[in-house]
Amino acid sequence: MALQTATGTAQCPECFAEVTLTNVMQNEIAQCPGCGAELEVIALEPLTLSLAPQEEEDWGE
Amino acid sequence: MNSHPRVGVLYSRVRVEEKLLFEAFEKRGVSLELLDDQKLIFDITDVEHHPYQRFDVIVERCINHSRALYSLKILNDQGVKTVNTALVADICGNKLMTTSALAAAGVPQPKALVAYTPESALEAIETLGYPAVLKPTVGSWGRLLSKVNDRDAAEAILEHKETLGSYHHSIFYIQEYVKKPGRDIRAFQVGPDTICAIYRNSANWITNTARGGTSANCPVTPELADICTRAARACGGGVVALDLFEDPDRGLLVNEVNYTMEFRNSIAPTNVNIPDRMVDFCLAVARDGWDAANGFTASDSTRLAAISLADGASA
Repeated sequence: MALQTATGTAQCPECFAEVTLTNVMQNEIAQCPGCGAELEVIALEPLTLSLAPQEEEDWGE
Repeated sequence: MNSHPRVGVLYSRVRVEEKLLFEAFEKRGVSLELLDDQKLIFDITDVEHHPYQRFDVIVERCINHSRALYSLKILNDQGVKTVNTALVADICGNKLMTTSALAAAGVPQPKALVAYTPESALEAIETLGYPAVLKPTVGSWGRLLSKVNDRDAAEAILEHKETLGSYHHSIFYIQEYVKKPGRDIRAFQVGPDTICAIYRNSANWITNTARGGTSANCPVTPELADICTRAARACGGGVVALDLFEDPDRGLLVNEVNYTMEFRNSIAPTNVNIPDRMVDFCLAVARDGWDAANGFTASDSTRLAAISLADGASA
């Protein structure tokens, strides 16, 4: 089964700018071109963004 | 294993690396099942049903070390093959464990001391001499590294760590400061092969590309391949990224071994398709098993089997 992606626009939850998204997946990380906030795609239909979680102590490689 | 391997990817977020990996698997005609670690529930006491045994291999790409380590431990105990293994995550996810494993294998590395109280840590720092580097045992991307230039700084940092840090910060990992030539090396190891490497240049003493360091291709010399292969084997094998210093007197020293490696900045300078090589390895593990994919000898397997996990000490 091919992985599901979506293309379209969604609103930045931080600055309300319209963010264009191309072939994005659920949980994909994106950046708002308006305010630079790091965002996460939380739904594909409709395309919805939330602020990406804050870095935690044990995050990394 | 049938001709269409069942591959799962355990992940937290879809970053550039995950997308490149997904594409590389899809190009081989491999259908992936994505396992979101935010939604996972493991029944670790049910010994009758192991739902993840339906996979030929599960590829771990979590951002949190603790989630990765515990998931891999559960999956491996349930007989599921993973890339990397819980053992690799346990050793590489904790700098103290990595240093100890490298030392046991005789792999050259910067001198490091471990102490458990601010008083003994101060004594350890003064034994190494200034400057010294204080590192959290768990952490990445150059976070919370402290270059300690003198006794005043040492006392202040140790007090802050003891007062403000979690219990992990009371395990004081103190490393000698290696005067590197404005760069270090990030090398990529896939099973028995060192597939490529980059120089990470930075005027800052922290050269991590996540901290703004720039990259250029670094040729994989026999010396580099030898130390990387030995270091990776000491840490359990698999797909790892090694950070190395070039010391003018001692040659190459292994500083870190990373087990959920990031590679987005290394494909262009090296011209090596890193995700494709990772997929080769994952499919080899699915088909032939961990030891065969790594080219381990019987003595390697015996040695690694004897290393017991620290049972959560590093998560």
